Amino acid sequence: MQSGTRLGFYLLLTPLVLWLALLIVIPHIDMFLVSLRERVGVRQYETSFANYLTFFTEPLYIWTFVRTAVMSVLATIITLLIAFPVSLYIAKIARGRLGQVLFVLCLIPFYVSELVRTFGWMILLRETGLVSNLLQWAGLADQPVEMLYNDAAIMIGLVYTSMLFMVVPLVTTLESLDDSVIEAGYDLGGNGFSVLREIIIPHAAPGIVSGSIVVFMLSLGNYLTPTILGGKDSLWFTEMIYNQFIVRFNWELGAAFGFMLLILSSLIVWGMLKLTRQSLEETMG
Amino acid sequence: MKNQTVKLAAIGLAMAGLAQTANADTLRLLTWGGYAPEDVVALFEEETGHTVEVTKSNNEEMIAKLRATGGGGFDLAQPSQDRITGPQLEFGIYKPIDVSKIDQGQFIQSMLGATMANTTVEGEVYGVPHVWGTSGLVMDTKAAGDIVKDYTDLCDPAVAGKVSYRLKRPTLIGFAFAMGMDPFAAYSDADAYGEVMSKVEAKLIECKSNVKTYWGGGDELMGLVRSGEVVASMAWDTGGWKLNADNPDITFVAPASGALGWIDTFVLPAKGQSDNAAYAWINFVMRPEIAAKITAAAGNFTASQGADAYAEDALKARYQASFPPEAVDNIKWYPPVPAGLEAIEGGVLDRVKAAQ
Amino acid sequence: MTPDLECKGLTKRFGDFTAVDDVSFSVPAGSFFSILGPSGCGKTTIMRMIAGFQDPTSGDIEIKGKSVLNAPPNKRPVNMVFQHLALFPMMNIADNIGYGLRRKKLPKDQIARKVDEALDRIGLPGIGNRKVDELSGGQKQRVAIARCMVMEPDVLLLDEPLGALDLKLREHMKIELKALQTAFDTTFIYITHDQSEALVMSDQIAVMNEGRFEQTGTGRDLYYRPDSAFVAAFVGESNRWRGKIERVQGNEMEMRTDTGMLMRGATHGRSLSAGDSADIFVRPEAIRVTRDATELEQFDNRITGRVTSLLFNGAASRILVRDATANEEIEVNLPQSGEYASLARGDEVHIGWSGAQGNCFPVGAD
Repeated sequence: MQSGTRLGFYLLLTPLVLWLALLIVIPHIDMFLVSLRERVGVRQYETSFANYLTFFTEPLYIWTFVRTAVMSVLATIITLLIAFPVSLYIAKIARGRLGQVLFVLCLIPFYVSELVRTFGWMILLRETGLVSNLLQWAGLADQPVEMLYNDAAIMIGLVYTSMLFMVVPLVTTLESLDDSVIEAGYDLGGNGFSVLREIIIPHAAPGIVSGSIVVFMLSLGNYLTPTILGGKDSLWFTEMIYNQFIVRFNWELGAAFGFMLLILSSLIVWGMLKLTRQSLEETMG
Repeated sequence: MKNQTVKLAAIGLAMAGLAQTANADTLRLLTWGGYAPEDVVALFEEETGHTVEVTKSNNEEMIAKLRATGGGGFDLAQPSQDRITGPQLEFGIYKPIDVSKIDQGQFIQSMLGATMANTTVEGEVYGVPHVWGTSGLVMDTKAAGDIVKDYTDLCDPAVAGKVSYRLKRPTLIGFAFAMGMDPFAAYSDADAYGEVMSKVEAKLIECKSNVKTYWGGGDELMGLVRSGEVVASMAWDTGGWKLNADNPDITFVAPASGALGWIDTFVLPAKGQSDNAAYAWINFVMRPEIAAKITAAAGNFTASQGADAYAEDALKARYQASFPPEAVDNIKWYPPVPAGLEAIEGGVLDRVKAAQ
Repeated sequence: MTPDLECKGLTKRFGDFTAVDDVSFSVPAGSFFSILGPSGCGKTTIMRMIAGFQDPTSGDIEIKGKSVLNAPPNKRPVNMVFQHLALFPMMNIADNIGYGLRRKKLPKDQIARKVDEALDRIGLPGIGNRKVDELSGGQKQRVAIARCMVMEPDVLLLDEPLGALDLKLREHMKIELKALQTAFDTTFIYITHDQSEALVMSDQIAVMNEGRFEQTGTGRDLYYRPDSAFVAAFVGESNRWRGKIERVQGNEMEMRTDTGMLMRGATHGRSLSAGDSADIFVRPEAIRVTRDATELEQFDNRITGRVTSLLFNGAASRILVRDATANEEIEVNLPQSGEYASLARGDEVHIGWSGAQGNCFPVGAD
């Protein structure tokens, strides 16, 4: 009996271990080894940290990373600011069917691929696009307005892409907040603001943090949206990794960039958890 | 009993594996969009009994894919002729072509000779030509024809915000020529090439505010030009000709400093498994009437001798309009890219992209 | 003296459904007032209207003589202890209790002092730094009350706060709640569907059914002198028979049940006349049981039957007696003095009760 349950335990564990080992750990080890190779000549490589050194000595790469990180943080904050009221409405005000319908509405954009969604934004924002035409028709602009190919367009795309990943954890945590706790907050003299600040937000903190982590990582790792909507100014770190791997044939530097992205983004998430005094255990638990 | 089953299964698997290698009649083709149209594939399959799996890609991805597998996964690939020797020296992803298995008479001899010479590494030939074309300027001649004569004219304030180009190596080369330099001459000398590139970099950074966006894919560019948002762009000749069919004002123009000529080739990936099918495909598509079908689909002419006779008149007319005889002579054909140049170009492209 | 709380003609409709139907009552200062009723009777709606979470369709709510209808929940001098207590899980105990005081913008040291005082009063000094989920059910209960009491409300509303506790603790908390009410000297409005909670703690109880108050009075009134069949059935336990009144003479009456038993009883001033269809309620503890028929001579209702079930429940043990003629089962309290310890199923017993102990109501009059 004892050995039976143990066997069951290991059988259940196997897929997870295989998944982690084959798809995550081994490729990362391989990537790390590649990143330590320095090309010294045709088909000649030496083990060194030269690729990492390149990252730190070339201001362009650091600048691109900082820019990507700052934009991702900004996208996370904007997504949170938009998603929070939406989630609060879905979880606490629009109950039952309406809540479900609204939730599904948040989900619908994700039935089409990210590429199609991004092209959708291009159709809207381009110079000869819908928004530009509307503005001209309404007399708010006297010539075509180009809204693509800038940071604002990237931001719109990122926020739109990330919305669901913020709404889902927020709705889940907010739904777990007993209505009577909110009512007690009002009953004991609280107004809307203080109830939000002292009760709703602290309760939703795990959802806010987990949603923010997901959105931040998704934005940081996004490739399509910044590249397509950002045009000549996109300058996104993942694009740089893609370029090193595919265009420059420089796998070594690309691998080093990939590792820097992994390390720096983990550091940023860790720093933010510290800053907001949340622990990962709480967030996941 | 249990052992028996396992053995049977093992034998079954082994036989399946053997069968795979014995009848290796599936041609896994890594190529560009339009180079293997469905009707041509169907004709080929019918005639030879082989089946063809087509994967569409571009130069960089082709090389990256083959590099990732050490030259496996495909039986025939079609990179440009200048991208063969460098990657071969660096990564060893191709295998030599047995030119005796190719019907050389079907090729335009000068092109075949030049390509074979350009793709020879250590005495072995690695590539034969297939489709060729140029890149230059696609423009709305009414809106920009008087202003834009060469790549550098894309930086003219008169067309500010209405021009585009790719942030890729052809743009660097094109600008270098337009600025009166000869980047191909500097290929062999990394320092000299770096100098050329740094001048180009300065020009591109200065020009950045004039550019609407750096286009990434052919469809994106077509959309930009068709909608009138872009009036002039650096692009492939076929793009201009396709747009010309819809709007006679738009066409491909060879720049004053000369269009850049490229030749896409046939190469055998190092771990290709069905060379016979690959040779059969090469010999099949180089037949003039088949080559004409590919020209119709891709928009570009092939290295097939006599295929012109089958080509559409409209396409020929567009070609002649874009390429007066002196422009043909002025085409700058890409010489092989020495390994390592991409690093210099990469730095330039990154810095241009980052410039504000 | 103005009552602490007065409701006048309070009505609440949700669409076609009338949850609270023209309810009026007043609660004198410092008293413990309970609203007792089955779930869905509208008692929670009344409480939510008093707290301000719902607006009445019509009627008025006055606290210390002033209408509070236009005041939002956070401006009413009323606080509420919620059914599941609704302590703030994201705060420690001290912050929970101090929450309302912080809203009043009291200085920090004063808040700390008041919180400590409140913790002392509920007998849990020094637990301010604990988390909510480290407390037992009873402790949470007391904290929830303290959290309201530091606000010094004119009226404290309690919405079935003992519902989530286990039986032993519930019994204990009943006594403690009453003690806390006396200690704080505040008006408590207590909502429950548990008659024993209401009976033990309240000064006044309103029995509510289908949006209306059936009867308001002390526990004793409700128990012994119910105004309606609903109250008689809902408060305490009763044997209930339906039948036709055969004779009414002054305060005395006779009725025959549908199964043919003859019941003698008193009208207790209710308008009953011969030929009426009526329900009669007789409490199990009002019925005397004996083995010797002669002991029952002073009772006007006497029945002989056999024991069909023994329902042992300590002090509240009962037997079921089947009447020999009408084949009707009657629940009877069993005295625990020891004389019936040997009683067994099938034994013949005699039971009897005084007609004045029965309460009779005409059917359909309520």
